[in-house]
Amino acid sequence: MVLYFKYLLISFKSQMQYRASFWLLALAQFFIPFSVFAGLYFLFERFGQLKGWKFFEVALCFGIIHMAVSVSECFARGFDAFSTLVVSGDFDRLLVRPRGTVIQVLGSRFDFSRVGRLMQSVIVLGWSLSNLTVEWTAWKIVILLLMITSGALIFTGIFILGATLCFWTIQGLELVNVFTDGGREMAQYPLHIYPKWVSRFFTFVIPFGCVNYLPLLYILDKTDGPAGLYALLPVAGAFFLVPCLWVWRIGVRHYRSTGS
Amino acid sequence: MKAYWSVLKLRLLHGMQYRTAALAGVATQFFFGFIFIMIFEAFYSHAVEKPPMSLKELVSYIWLQQAFLVFIALWIRDNELFQLITTGNVAYELCRPCGFYEFWYAKLLAQRLSGALLRCFPILIVAFILPHPYRMTLPPSPAGFTLFLLALVLGLLLLVAISMLIYISVFVTMSPTGSLLIFVVIGEFFAGKIIPIPLMPTWLQTVASALPFRWTADFPFRVYSGHIPADEALLGLFAQLGWLIVIVWLGKVALGKALRRVIIQGG
Repeated sequence: MVLYFKYLLISFKSQMQYRASFWLLALAQFFIPFSVFAGLYFLFERFGQLKGWKFFEVALCFGIIHMAVSVSECFARGFDAFSTLVVSGDFDRLLVRPRGTVIQVLGSRFDFSRVGRLMQSVIVLGWSLSNLTVEWTAWKIVILLLMITSGALIFTGIFILGATLCFWTIQGLELVNVFTDGGREMAQYPLHIYPKWVSRFFTFVIPFGCVNYLPLLYILDKTDGPAGLYALLPVAGAFFLVPCLWVWRIGVRHYRSTGS
Repeated sequence: MKAYWSVLKLRLLHGMQYRTAALAGVATQFFFGFIFIMIFEAFYSHAVEKPPMSLKELVSYIWLQQAFLVFIALWIRDNELFQLITTGNVAYELCRPCGFYEFWYAKLLAQRLSGALLRCFPILIVAFILPHPYRMTLPPSPAGFTLFLLALVLGLLLLVAISMLIYISVFVTMSPTGSLLIFVVIGEFFAGKIIPIPLMPTWLQTVASALPFRWTADFPFRVYSGHIPADEALLGLFAQLGWLIVIVWLGKVALGKALRRVIIQGG
């Protein structure tokens, strides 16, 4: 853990060396989801509602998932860019060090310019919360925070799976984007608007539904049935990371160096 | 002219080598196409008033968008060219006995053309045999289809001219990130990449029609589905041509200015 924070600090210092470039990049990162959000806003302006969901409810959905993405893209960037380590053969160096591979890959890269993206989602989240009439309890706030952390963990899990594929394919695959970018694009709307097979896949296989749609039903008091169950789902979603780490260990065992 | 033609041909063959990468791209674009259609379908199912674009027209729009993504996406860029500028190797390019603007234009055009040729056919073929709501429909008339092809080609030429402006700006800024990314986001938004132009509020549509971006992709895709009728489409072709001339002229002037003051970086 101490090691991780050292990695974090060093990376932060090095990125801060190019301050103007950093802030410009962060500003650009702010605008990318902003244009998507603008699209969502205009659609609601034209159509009024989305299968019973109002604008600010969907905006909350959007804010939560984008927050989760930006957090995981900042801190799990090492796994996202893992193919470069494999292609160059630098992964060998990690293997001879007396530390775990996961922590070293995590520490190999951070992308702090995602703070721009994070700011955008924080603003959306704040705006939607101030316009929703939700009876807030301490429990609900805990769940909201849990949703964001578990969401970030799921995205990290997908990054790890994508990185594991590199052990066999060497090059990174664009196909992984289906689950990261595609998952984000999809989960920013409530899951019930999709056909059954889609929403089932993204609840039980890749549990976006567990960290976003289902607990949101609880927060917005839309549940029928045992409400407590909905509230506990984000924790279940976080368990997605376990099989991912397990697959990663199998991958590491199959690693063959590309040489230098 | 012959020199540019062979640059185009060579680059086209070069781009066609990356077939597996294109296949992975096709799978990704399918997924996105489905997601977008599902989202719009959900919005449409409870629409209070009749939307300005029917779902059928919208589905064609989305599949065309996915098939010809390289014709819209401003973020696709040739890092080789950026490196030429920032490392100073651009000096070699200046020694060549041909027009600088035309030479790069041919390169960029070939890059986009090869990307589209590899990706569009698998996407379009499958889109035509999908079950209903997702199935793409044929254009209403052969004349409309011809107009669509013309509009698509002109749109591509216009897009490459716009992207040339990005490369030229790197001569001044020396860094291709940050500010350019914002330009890209705005450009793609007004090309209808996030939501089609007719679904935007009226004031935003006015903004969009004052900018060149909607002529690159939004216009040809709507000509295809017949959302823009033939006579209006014919006028639109002239608008495209007008924009093309203006932006190429602008690019050449800017390039001339930039080259007069160019400092070759490094040795």
